[in-house]
Amino acid sequence: MIDLTSFAALFFYTLSGAAYLVYLLAQREKVHLYGYFLLLAGFICHAVFLCGQAVMLGHLPAFTLSHNLSLAACSTAGVFLLLNRRMNLKFFGVYAVPIILAITLVSVMLPEGAPYRGGGTDIKRIADSAWLITHVITMFAANGAFALACGAGIFYLVQEHAIKNKKRGFFYKRLPPLELLDSAGYSCIVAGFAMLTLGLVTGAVYAELVWGAFWRWDPKEVWSGITWLVYAALLHERLVAGWRGRRAAIMSIAGFFIVVFTFLGVNLLLGGHHGVFTRV
Amino acid sequence: MNMNMNKNGQIHKTSGQPHILLAGINHETAPVEVREAIAFQEHEIPAALDSVLAIRSVHEAILLSTCNRIEVLFTADDPSDTVPLIIKSLAGLKKIDPKRIEPHLYMHEDKNAVRHIFRVASGLDSMVMGEPQIFGQVKSAYRLAVEQNATGVILNRLTHKTFLVAKRVRTETGIGGSAVSISYAAVELAKKIFGALDGKSVLLIGAGEMAELAVEHLAGNRVGSIHVANRTFERAVELAGKYNGRAVSFEEIPDILSFVDIVVSSTGAPGFIISREQVRRSMRGRRNNPIFFIDIAVPRDIDPDVNRVANAYVYDIDDLKSVVDENISQRHREAVKAKRIIEESALSFMAWYESLDVVPTVVALRNKIARIAESETRKTLGSALKHLAQEDKQAVQRMTEAIINKILHDPTTFLKNSSSRKEKHRYLDITKRLFKLESDSQKYH
Repeated sequence: MIDLTSFAALFFYTLSGAAYLVYLLAQREKVHLYGYFLLLAGFICHAVFLCGQAVMLGHLPAFTLSHNLSLAACSTAGVFLLLNRRMNLKFFGVYAVPIILAITLVSVMLPEGAPYRGGGTDIKRIADSAWLITHVITMFAANGAFALACGAGIFYLVQEHAIKNKKRGFFYKRLPPLELLDSAGYSCIVAGFAMLTLGLVTGAVYAELVWGAFWRWDPKEVWSGITWLVYAALLHERLVAGWRGRRAAIMSIAGFFIVVFTFLGVNLLLGGHHGVFTRV
Repeated sequence: MNMNMNKNGQIHKTSGQPHILLAGINHETAPVEVREAIAFQEHEIPAALDSVLAIRSVHEAILLSTCNRIEVLFTADDPSDTVPLIIKSLAGLKKIDPKRIEPHLYMHEDKNAVRHIFRVASGLDSMVMGEPQIFGQVKSAYRLAVEQNATGVILNRLTHKTFLVAKRVRTETGIGGSAVSISYAAVELAKKIFGALDGKSVLLIGAGEMAELAVEHLAGNRVGSIHVANRTFERAVELAGKYNGRAVSFEEIPDILSFVDIVVSSTGAPGFIISREQVRRSMRGRRNNPIFFIDIAVPRDIDPDVNRVANAYVYDIDDLKSVVDENISQRHREAVKAKRIIEESALSFMAWYESLDVVPTVVALRNKIARIAESETRKTLGSALKHLAQEDKQAVQRMTEAIINKILHDPTTFLKNSSSRKEKHRYLDITKRLFKLESDSQKYH
């Protein structure tokens, strides 16, 4: 599944990744700006590609694993670009861009899969609903935000280890201060949690419209619920007991593992009504 | 025109180019007693410059006098004779025996002098590698010399080049990068934990030069409230007044731990003042916000186990020292890059300096005009005057050459006979710029 726009997206993502790598090594302020704008170019190409797919298919390109990974990469890029503008997160490109690049690469290499003809359910009816579109977009945005929170958590642990153990190495100089990493991770989780909540609500409403029930204990639903509870607990503890720093960082990394499992693992291992979306 | 060319076509210098010289003493060559004896205050420098310029062979001079170095940068015809004269006149102004200075003196000539002043201004020659103050000191030394009309084309150009080099070294290498004093290292660490320090609250326990310096640096970063605890409350009040802070008693420390962000401790107490248990208990009240302990006391004030409490960070004097050592060796590594920049710049300056002689300038000027004349006559003889006979064409060419010689005669004589050296260099420089001669032969930066 490769055409000009997706190729251009990959091209810009690669250049952006290279720029961030140079930024990591050389620490020149300008270089991260190149990385940022190259990523923006990649994101635009990617979005054009996905819109093109949507027009071509006549529905959201969210019914094959290839399309879904592509959406995931694109939304992570979008969330990163937004957050990078709002906060001083330039270092995150070092983490986010390679992930975006890798997911896009996998999505391009996967076969596109046969056009979906729903067993009994009309594809047009599934895809055209505004509820579903909101559900898909918010869920992917939430995943992107959680991926960034996980990165913030990893960076926090690295930096905390350096300061605590007085071993200032390669990353000490390059990573931002602890407090910034902590608050960046927190902001990502707040944003991700809001998106996740919206995604779950719209998904439930949509399920009620299509299948006549808000919640059917489908494995995907159960694991989405678990994800929601984990992040809800994390936010609650932070607000009430002041959970921050190391423990919050570990939790946001663990949370993201659950997110990945919910996104891919459930479909590949447990099945359920979302299984159709990860067909290869 | 009579050019003195040798067999290889190279040009002999018809006049002796003055030399760029630098003589001085610094913290490495001279003990402080000698340095302070010959150091000049700012208001004494004009008189000192005048006395140096009064020496006949000296054309231009700059006097740099800081607590770590006293250096005279000057141009003169005869280096070997001039330096003792300068030392004698400066020592005379300070009423000390020149013999006290001579054993500590170093002297650099031409390229070495250029390289030395580049090194000094970039902070490579400083006691603390890469320290930035010296740049400002060189600048003000130059300003004083200019006010005294003590500089000319060569030293003006050299100092401007020096400023460029120093700026390049600062931006392109990490030589001034990280903290090389205990108190700055502590502030830098605090920034790695908290990011910006504005609004963070500080607790100073005890007193002492290094601790107070650290608090001053923190205050310079616009920290919020400052609390001061001391065994003797009067002293606490006194220090608190200094930082516009609040004096507290030792008994209040556990309560204060529940909201303060940075603790600087430096008491003479034999045991630990803050225990792990106290910090652990304070974490609840402070909602796990990070707390940074800077323990400058020996014996230590903060139980090292406090570092094991989540979100609490303890750095004692040895930790800070190792940060400083690391940063210093980092600066020395960066100095290698700086040396390369300095070497390049010294080379390009010397290229300009060596061209600043009468003969090469006159040759360059003549070549340029001859080239223009030749191409223009060829153009015209090939088109509008194509019908001319061969002899007529030769006559036109002879006429062109005569015009060139006549035009160049006066400027050449003028440049050769300019009375003083300082004047001569100015006119040479103007000539080069007026006719854009530099780009013709070599590129100078």
